[in-house]
Amino acid sequence: MGKNIIIVGGGPAGTIAANSLAKKLKKEEASITVIDKTGKHVYEPGLLYLTFGEQDPKDIVRNERDILNKKVSLIVDEATKIDTKREIVELKRGDKLHYDYLIIATGARLCPEEVPGMKEGAYHFYNVDEALKLKDALNKFDKGKIVIGVGGVPYKCPPAPAEIACFLDYKLRRKRIRDKVEIHYLSPLPRIFPIESIDPIVKEIFDKEEIKYTTFFNVESVDPERKEVKSLEGETIGYDLLILIPPHKGSKVIEDSLLGDRGGWVPTDRYTLKVKGYDNVYAIGDATDLPISKSGAAAHYEAKVVANNIASEIKGNESLDKYNGKVVCICDSGNKAIYLKFDYDHPPKSTRPRWIYRLLKLTFNKLYWHTVAKARFL
Amino acid sequence: MSEEPKVDRLIDARNTFCPGPLMELIRAIREAKVGEIIGVLSSDTGSKRDIPLWVSKTGHKLIGIYEKKGYAEIVVQKMR
Ligand SMILES: Cc1cc2nc3c(=O)[nH]c(=O)nc-3n(C[C@H](O)[C@H](O)[C@H](O)COP(=O)(O)OP(=O)(O)OC[C@H]3O[C@@H](n4cnc5c(N)ncnc54)[C@H](O)[C@@H]3O)c2cc1C
Repeated sequence: MGKNIIIVGGGPAGTIAANSLAKKLKKEEASITVIDKTGKHVYEPGLLYLTFGEQDPKDIVRNERDILNKKVSLIVDEATKIDTKREIVELKRGDKLHYDYLIIATGARLCPEEVPGMKEGAYHFYNVDEALKLKDALNKFDKGKIVIGVGGVPYKCPPAPAEIACFLDYKLRRKRIRDKVEIHYLSPLPRIFPIESIDPIVKEIFDKEEIKYTTFFNVESVDPERKEVKSLEGETIGYDLLILIPPHKGSKVIEDSLLGDRGGWVPTDRYTLKVKGYDNVYAIGDATDLPISKSGAAAHYEAKVVANNIASEIKGNESLDKYNGKVVCICDSGNKAIYLKFDYDHPPKSTRPRWIYRLLKLTFNKLYWHTVAKARFL
Repeated sequence: MSEEPKVDRLIDARNTFCPGPLMELIRAIREAKVGEIIGVLSSDTGSKRDIPLWVSKTGHKLIGIYEKKGYAEIVVQKMR
């Protein structure tokens, strides 16, 4: 009888793992099941473009069933408990599913309630509904001060808040109201950009475009009445419109199954991607506790490694891959973009912003559904 | 030489570039209880400058920076 492979989570990590496994394994060798609570697949890099009207929800949200290989079963339900002793995943509706191999790909959960005043006082763009609300608010905004900050670490796509600051600058210039709007970016770090070697390039853009910034500003609370944001470091800054990246935690099922650290992130070996202490349980994508950027790119490369290793084990092959920490990211400033590539052994190299990289990103946004998500070509 | 303190939580951020060791420390400090001691392993030389700077700005305590082969262990106590 074939092995039961269960994948919890149908975002990029779970979907790419499932589709890669389906290509490597015959039906008799394994049954592959994805459990996803929404049945929808969101391409989150598109959220920035949604906020500025360059993409529509239909461009960035698809039915998970349409992306999954036919050999993969999809269960649309919430996994409520993972019992690693009995090797069982429990679903909300009561079913219990046994696994031989488990891949945890439950991503991150947004927790705006963790910052006092954030829900009432700030916008964000980290899911479709909130990005659309921000889009409306920005369309109506014609003068005043827009403040952009980070409500908690870790958060997905570390360059995203600096990206939205540049995007805003570019869009406001095109609307010819840039002179009426102040943009003020609050960085949690002692520099604007997370990667030190790239920071001078981003700083040059901020200085040239007159985007103000304050460093070492880790948001502690928001006062929606006074329209002020306070930092852990003790500073207070006023705003007219506040964009705050909400704090993230691991999925609730991780907490409820006592599988996570304090933030609900799954302790994971940085090379094998096995959950620490287990031989047949893996974690990939944003769900892990790995100190690398929570990105679709990492999720993609990790999914490939895990799919290869599970398939090899089932087929009795010895060839096991290791994840080398690879991340590729294109940071778009609205008219040009920076291309970055790095792994555990190779720090990111400094590059100039170019329009061609933006074109590459826009093309990738479309190709994603037909290539990466389906585990084709890349 | 003074003995290295026992840490309540150790974070291995060696050879990672984004978001980087300081962001990992900020996360651990946010999650820690007052009095807990956190160790961060970092191979990024900038951490030895950035982490003490942030720690003093936020009123936490830098217990020490311990040089190892190719990396440093930076130990911090949450004070408030
Ligand atoms: C604004 C923005 C811009 C970004 N830009 C980029 C970029 O340019 N490049 C890049 O590489 N990355 C980018 N990212 C990050 C990237 O989108 C994420 O890192 C990626 O989605 C992670 O994939 P994942 O599969 O691990 O998690 P997710 O995409 O979060 O998927 C997890 C899935 O698991 C499901 N799930 C969770 N818990 C359960 C449960 N208990 N039972 C069943 N299902 C469950 C969820 O419903 C979800 O479908 C961006 C993110 C944002 C928000």
